[in-house]
Amino acid sequence: MSPAPKITPMFEIQSLECVRDDRLLFSDLSFSVAESEVLQIEGSNGSGKTSLLRILCGLRQAEAGQVLWRGELITSNREDYYANMVYIGHLPCIKGDLTVMENVRSLLDTRSLSLSNAEIEVALTKVGLATYDDVPGKALSSGQRRRILLAFVELSQAKLWVLDEPLTALDVQGVALMESMILEHREAGGSVIFTTHHGMQLDCEMSSVRLGQKTSTKTVTKAAV
Amino acid sequence: MLKAYYHLLLRDLRLALRNRHELANPLIFFVLVVTLFPLAVTPTPEALRMMAPGVIWVSALLAVLLSLDRLFKTDYDDGSLDQLMLSPNPLMILVLAKVSAHWLLTGLPLVIIAPLLGLFMSLPMEAVSVLIYSLLLGTPVLSLVGAIGVSLTVAVNRGGVLLSLIILPLYIPILIFGANAVDVASDGLPVTGQLLFLGAVLALALSLAPLATSVALRITASR
Repeated sequence: MSPAPKITPMFEIQSLECVRDDRLLFSDLSFSVAESEVLQIEGSNGSGKTSLLRILCGLRQAEAGQVLWRGELITSNREDYYANMVYIGHLPCIKGDLTVMENVRSLLDTRSLSLSNAEIEVALTKVGLATYDDVPGKALSSGQRRRILLAFVELSQAKLWVLDEPLTALDVQGVALMESMILEHREAGGSVIFTTHHGMQLDCEMSSVRLGQKTSTKTVTKAAV
Repeated sequence: MLKAYYHLLLRDLRLALRNRHELANPLIFFVLVVTLFPLAVTPTPEALRMMAPGVIWVSALLAVLLSLDRLFKTDYDDGSLDQLMLSPNPLMILVLAKVSAHWLLTGLPLVIIAPLLGLFMSLPMEAVSVLIYSLLLGTPVLSLVGAIGVSLTVAVNRGGVLLSLIILPLYIPILIFGANAVDVASDGLPVTGQLLFLGAVLALALSLAPLATSVALRITASR
């Protein structure tokens, strides 16, 4: 990607280094993400994709380097960054004793978003959980739990989505849903950083960063029309 | 910010009420230990009165210790803790909400049932009221300080022993002053000093423990 001086990218990382159990996963990793950009992190198992994403959200400390949101360190700009970023990881974040509606609500509460029941129901319908409002989380399949998280992401009002293996446990329709959600989010000016081992057929310009090589470079691929 | 506190507190209370058997555990432990004690020793009123402050306070402390594990464990296991850390609200406030819920669900029931056990151990009336005050000031400290230990050990499998090693030394001053206040009161002496000390420790813990806990949680998450 051509350097764009003077313009502060929305999200940027500079020479990140990550060491896990005395093993160097990556070093000197730098890239930036602009608005309406979809970035895939590629790499084999154990190449540090999850660690990288956790560093990007500030959950994990990098050995070196910095993560910037609108030109400021995320650690000194936490409130603004976290209001604009949503992360979903491997874990379901779903409470078995709460209903679907309560689960979505408690996830949104951590972001201080108070939405009406109707708005949440629209999102639940979109992810295919229309009639599940009052079903407790423990009665759901793992795919349905993932779908709750999709509804959460949809409602989060975040500009940047950080998705770690979002397609896990999703069926064919679920994968299509995720793809259309990403495209819609991109249309609205949002950005996505994600990892996946499943084929995601995104009909848009997409960039990718490959981990696990000596130099991790960012490449841009045009959409296959 | 207050809203975030209130919502999380409500969520934790709701979760606990849907899981009542877990809720009753510390209380049952507390009642069982205190009621079994007289059966194992000579149950003369004098002997019981002498032992009562210590027995009740030690059982309350252990009951809280046993319940600490679930403070962050389920949230850690299902990833909700990550989401709490990614909240735009200060993590301290959310920690305080979780600790408040923990105290309402374990500390407060102990305070409520304690007078009954005090009378059962033939404590005089004035000592019973001091017992309530001392527990009311002391048990929140147990929850607050315990949260620091839990946040450090939540990622460790079977971290129970480690947890006890970390926080028991911090619990000891509370135990000494709490039990001593009841002891002194049953001799009919003034206890303002002990209660003021407990109050001061509560103020200290209330202001510093959530901060320490949130820092410890961030360290835990970065592993």
